[in-house]
Amino acid sequence: MTQLLSFIKKEFFHISRDPRTMLILFGIPIAQLLIFGTVIKSEINDIHIAIYDQSKDKTTEQITNKILSSGYFILDENLTNLDEIDAIFKKGKVREVIVFDNDFGKNLVKEGTAKMQIIADASDPNTARLAIAYVKGIVNDYIIKTNPNLKMPLEIRPEVRMYYNEEMESAYMFVPGTMALILMLISTMMTSISITREKELGTMEVLLVSPLKPIQIIVGKVIPYLFLSIINAFVIILIGRFVFGVPITGSFILLMLETILFILMSLCLGILISTVAKNQMVAMFISMIGLMLPTIIISGFIFPIENMPVVLQWFSNIMPARWYIIILRGIMLKGIGITFIWKETLILIGMTLFFIAMSVKKFKIRLE
Amino acid sequence: MTDKIISVKNLVKKFGTFTANDNLTFDVYKGEIFGFLGANGAGKTTTIRILCGLSSPTSGELKVAGFDVYRDAEKIKKNIGYMSQKFSLYEDLTVTENIQLFAGIYGISRKVRKEKEAELLKKLNLEEAKNKLIGGLPLGWKQKLAFSVAIFHDPKIVFLDEPTGGVDPVTRRRFWDLIYEAANNGTTIFVTTHYMDEAEYCNRVSIMDAGKIEALDTPANLKKMYNAKDMDEVFVKIAR
Repeated sequence: MTQLLSFIKKEFFHISRDPRTMLILFGIPIAQLLIFGTVIKSEINDIHIAIYDQSKDKTTEQITNKILSSGYFILDENLTNLDEIDAIFKKGKVREVIVFDNDFGKNLVKEGTAKMQIIADASDPNTARLAIAYVKGIVNDYIIKTNPNLKMPLEIRPEVRMYYNEEMESAYMFVPGTMALILMLISTMMTSISITREKELGTMEVLLVSPLKPIQIIVGKVIPYLFLSIINAFVIILIGRFVFGVPITGSFILLMLETILFILMSLCLGILISTVAKNQMVAMFISMIGLMLPTIIISGFIFPIENMPVVLQWFSNIMPARWYIIILRGIMLKGIGITFIWKETLILIGMTLFFIAMSVKKFKIRLE
Repeated sequence: MTDKIISVKNLVKKFGTFTANDNLTFDVYKGEIFGFLGANGAGKTTTIRILCGLSSPTSGELKVAGFDVYRDAEKIKKNIGYMSQKFSLYEDLTVTENIQLFAGIYGISRKVRKEKEAELLKKLNLEEAKNKLIGGLPLGWKQKLAFSVAIFHDPKIVFLDEPTGGVDPVTRRRFWDLIYEAANNGTTIFVTTHYMDEAEYCNRVSIMDAGKIEALDTPANLKKMYNAKDMDEVFVKIAR
């Protein structure tokens, strides 16, 4: 026990004396959270649009007013012919053009069909997709309300209600994802780097010659970072709550327990990486490129897993962050308890055990 | 001579097809300073790593401090000290923090540690520097401290893998004073070195070449045998 304590004490000295480590531990998570939370958005605000109204009747006027009063769009120009559309997109400011066909209102009443066109600047496909969806929604809403009995050629969508995230706040989406990303990166990277550093400096040999057992070295490396990562998780939850207003509808204790589990898993993964990596550069490379990109792209953090090719969907199963994000969103947004997320929890526990077993084994093999 | 503290019979270590240690047989006696010499790549470090339990032999019978290398590796670890080619203390820890760390790892009680620590700092004249980070100390001091930390838990044997690389002759001489002192206190010293003047300080030396021990005797006998005026000449004649 004293062996372990002296070892843990030494780890804290390493961490507290290296400004870079401190920065990575506490500076980067906060910066990342603020950046992800504010920059990446899935809602749109103040999209500049232009309208080419060939009909200029009461219906189009009402639809236009409805669109502009929604708060999402700003009208830049009223166009007078089709050729202007291309030119206005090229200027870059206008992202969407709405064209009403001739006799829009008249056709709508008389024939039940009317044509309009929504053209978006898809050089930013995400915004384009959202802007189109918003306009469609507004137009459908208008038509359904004014003509309750009408069957529309315009795509009629069932009324959508955004459960758990009524305002479609993107922060709700990104805070859990960012939390998973940060905890995973920091925990994995820090442990793998700190172990490979000892290998590089030659101090690892001295530790291995000493009576310390591999498991003691591993535990000694994990505990300080576990402690610091828990603090980190707290800070992230607080920022999520008070800066982005992300609620915690479920049990806070359950949330913390699951978080500790995820941190443990990441730390063990970090140790496993360090047994493979020869030096700090390699360790950093594996943790950054090998984990950050897949975590962002295929863990369901930004892109929905259901829309991925089957191979990637399958691959996303082995991303620990995928399961943690499901758990986080469940607890934070839906307020569900362990009965609904026991499966995900078990998967994380399984992964943790797997990584621990592998690390202990590899650590011994390293003694060769 | 007295008891054998290290006994090696037919040690073979292969890395794939490369044989790093080719059928080594030698004994080291209690309390002696055993010089383990050889050119770069002769296989010295491989042997020392095997004896310390950092690497396992391909075949052969080995006993260190009375324990079998295959079965009692954990017991061996408690009885040996080790100082590697690379500097083996933590540069971002202070002198006392390093001492406390290794005392803790070897399970030395706080009371004993305090006494020995005070004694050690006094002996090395490090009392004023005890709260300084190791990284800022001169290399000679660091190495003396590293050696003192390696024998802090009073091991029966201490393995020194090129301990004096990169230091000036005067500092080396002082370092050897420490080695003599430890040997006088009954610690067996197993040391590899490149410096032939250091070989003269050893009780017995073995000279390795291409994975084999080519000669093993006292420096005086070796010089006689090879008709050489100093160890340098002996070494050149063997290793070519």
